[in-house]
Amino acid sequence: MKLASNLLSSWWWEALLIVLLVLTAILGNALSPYFLTPFNLALMVESMMEIAIMALPMTLIIIVGEIDLSVASTLGLASVIMGITWSAGIPLWLDIVIALAVGAVAGLFNGLLVTRLGLPSLVVTLGTLALYRGLAYVILGSQAVSNFPGSYTTFGIGYIPGTLIPWTLLLFIFLALLCVVVLHRSWIGRQLYAIGNNKEAARFAGIWVNRLKLLLFVLSGLLSALAGVVFTARISSARADNALGFELLVITVVLLGGINIFGGRGTLIGVILALFVVGGLRNALGLANISGDIQNTVIGTLLVLSVLGPNIAQRIQGALSRRRLAARSTQSKTG
Amino acid sequence: MTTTSEHVQEAATPSRRGANRLVVLISRVRELGLLVVLLLIVIVVGVLVPQFLTVSNMVQILLSISILAIVAIGETLVILTRNVDLSVGSIVGFAAFVAANLFKQQPGTSLLFGILLGCALGLVLGVINGLIVTWGRVPSIVATLGTLYAYRGLDFIYAGGNQVSASDVPDSFLSLATAPLLGVPLLIWFAALLAIIFGYWLHASRTGRQLYAIGSNPDAAHLIGIRSNLLVFITFAISGLLCGFAGVLWGARFATVDATAATGLELQVIAAVVVGGVNIFGGSGEILGAILGVLVLGTIDNSLSFLRVSQFWLQAIDGAAILVAVALDAFITRWVQRLLITGRKR
Repeated sequence: MKLASNLLSSWWWEALLIVLLVLTAILGNALSPYFLTPFNLALMVESMMEIAIMALPMTLIIIVGEIDLSVASTLGLASVIMGITWSAGIPLWLDIVIALAVGAVAGLFNGLLVTRLGLPSLVVTLGTLALYRGLAYVILGSQAVSNFPGSYTTFGIGYIPGTLIPWTLLLFIFLALLCVVVLHRSWIGRQLYAIGNNKEAARFAGIWVNRLKLLLFVLSGLLSALAGVVFTARISSARADNALGFELLVITVVLLGGINIFGGRGTLIGVILALFVVGGLRNALGLANISGDIQNTVIGTLLVLSVLGPNIAQRIQGALSRRRLAARSTQSKTG
Repeated sequence: MTTTSEHVQEAATPSRRGANRLVVLISRVRELGLLVVLLLIVIVVGVLVPQFLTVSNMVQILLSISILAIVAIGETLVILTRNVDLSVGSIVGFAAFVAANLFKQQPGTSLLFGILLGCALGLVLGVINGLIVTWGRVPSIVATLGTLYAYRGLDFIYAGGNQVSASDVPDSFLSLATAPLLGVPLLIWFAALLAIIFGYWLHASRTGRQLYAIGSNPDAAHLIGIRSNLLVFITFAISGLLCGFAGVLWGARFATVDATAATGLELQVIAAVVVGGVNIFGGSGEILGAILGVLVLGTIDNSLSFLRVSQFWLQAIDGAAILVAVALDAFITRWVQRLLITGRKR
């Protein structure tokens, strides 16, 4: 019994998300008989993968108390790089390597501005959000490259033979396992939480705060570019406006996953659960013919409620216990 | 070493007042710097392309930045208190559609009622933001990220795929933006008037100064009895109200409005405010600076088309401008701190 209550007190956010996930499944099933079919679930997972991949480094970055708004622009830039290098006749594997390298450099630039010059990441990555997207437009304009080879686009929409498991999910599971181990089972993870909780104390404890932060920004750039490779394969088109505005969706998923915006708290398990809640909701509402922008209303409201609900519950609890205390003290006075 | 140390001695004489004056001077230098940048752009582009330097083009630039400027005023107030309002684009878009649709459905409606309706809608949405942030204790970046989506979605539900175009609305509505007063379109007057009112209020009123106090040190502000929650709530309400008004003007200026109007405006506004020298973590910055930030970005935008530079460069240049501005700010701050420290040692 005590174990159960302990588990609940430390994992209650994840428990709440599981409840939400179940509710989403029930809602989806009520809205459409197709929702719980394996094919639809595979489709849903597939359509979430670029957001899922970007959410991993975003989680780590928010845990250390920073933010990266430039992820979707890096995705767009990487997609455009894929397009022009392929058009130039460079073999596909090399295109992917170049795109990933560009992403890593984009992340490195963010990281250097944040750690070397000490600039706030919110502003730096707001700047590079415009800069990287702008570069993507400068390189490719309003054109699109869509003559990618079948082997590549199959990776974006295909399944492991004989199953309904998308290839891209396999990639995500690999990356997610890696991040979970690093964050929750290694000294690096503990140091990341330490930085997020108190940067000064972390530095005095001998943690290389700036080096770790720099590493995270490079990782974020690299994985955003990888998300670009996945996205380009999925829609088999390289365009400058690919994944426009996705940064807000990625951050929403991470925050809904229970990561504290000021750093130092939250788990990757929560973020992964939140991914499926958001993906499931969007898919279910989509099946009910509700457009993307109205789906976002539900997700935005959910984001606010997820933080607002516990706060209000806490306030009511506080007010009740205060009233009880007051009642007891008046009782003791009269009695 | 001689000249600089003399300056330091002069500026940071024993009294603390000297140091304060230096800080004030530096913040003025920041705005002067922006003004110099602005003049340089105007002169260089004007020499290269004489058509750029016409009165009608200057009016065109001012016209193109006025709506952004009105939104930036509210955003500045919010950011000064160490908060942020990401929902501005959605509020502007929602108000724009509601106002334009009103004049489409009932062309006879009085102009004033349309304006008041837009403002009221903005105010309500801003009040909701304020309540979530202050009473609900949700970090503003989370709260307004949520309402960015929520308000935009409500706009979509209300619009239901419909569009309002210029031929649907009476000319009187359109004239709200473009009708000239003393040769200058009304829209520019609105923006200028609001900037002056709020700039003065921020400077001269006790409440205005308290906003700076909250932003530079929330705990200290609380200790000296500033009602932070109430004031933060008010800044969100004002931001919403100004967005509502800006939305009505958006409808009047662009005439063709659907539910996607003003999408992404939030990032443009924050970019302009930051370029204008308002600290993203609150406590310092001016309305004048924010307006100059809007003006610089708007002028760059306008000059690109005169220089025959592809519009595709616009976003990249905006991004670079943000980075340069914030890097310069950091250098200036560090320089001032060093001056103050060496001054104190003497």
